[in-house]
Amino acid sequence: MQSETKARVEQITSPAGDPVFVLHFEGDIASTSKDAVLGTYQALPKETAKRVLLDFTKVDYINSSGIALVIQLLIEASNFGQKVAAFGLSAHFTKVFTMVGITKYAELFATQAEALAGL
Amino acid sequence: MSETNTIPAPVSKATTIEVRLPSRMGFEKVAMATASSVAKLMGFRDDRVDDLKTAVGEACINAIEHGNRLNEVLNVGVQLSVSGDSLEVKVIDDGKGMNKQSGKIATPDIDRKMHGDEAARGMGMFLIQALVDEAEWVAAMDGNSSYVRLVIRLDKEQ
Repeated sequence: MQSETKARVEQITSPAGDPVFVLHFEGDIASTSKDAVLGTYQALPKETAKRVLLDFTKVDYINSSGIALVIQLLIEASNFGQKVAAFGLSAHFTKVFTMVGITKYAELFATQAEALAGL
Repeated sequence: MSETNTIPAPVSKATTIEVRLPSRMGFEKVAMATASSVAKLMGFRDDRVDDLKTAVGEACINAIEHGNRLNEVLNVGVQLSVSGDSLEVKVIDDGKGMNKQSGKIATPDIDRKMHGDEAARGMGMFLIQALVDEAEWVAAMDGNSSYVRLVIRLDKEQ
């Protein structure tokens, strides 16, 4: 019943010339998404991945277990001194992420271009 | 020659829709879609429909995972009752329930989560309570079933 989570990594460059890793997610983000969310993140090269963007543009459904995976990702990122931002969330999930406090540790943007500029 | 008939005003009757879900993760989306359809028929704004969908989804996930402990022999019952400008949703499972009727659910503490002092999970009940107008958790006296009752109302400006 749940739509499989797909994740694709893209490396781009910030306006300042720093490498930025974008995790493009697709499908549902729920308890079954651990490998796609955390596994994909954990495979990033820690020595160069100091800036990470999470793309939710093609994600329709995120439940509380999926939000918990994002928080786990942020915990690991904090431990490695990485900066994380997210973009592409619907208005509803922007509200939900804000309600649970995620915005304190990951800024939310409407688009990839805005996130890249604000990272 | 004409005759004027007086048409009686429609009697306000509650309408109930029921769905039964297997206790399998993912089937909460069936209840979410049903709740969404009913709320749209009632004229709720899109943002309120989204609030309701998330609240119903989280209630079903709790019922599947904690109430029925993923036992697929057991069903989760979802009853949607339309009455006037309000939509009541009951999500029923075979668990003992939490009997949390009126107390406020604690807001997740993101700092404690980030520092490992609080589990990353455990936000479902908070989201339910925050996204609908009323939420209560009721345990049956016999300890064999429980339900969460949600109410969402049409805003006056809608």
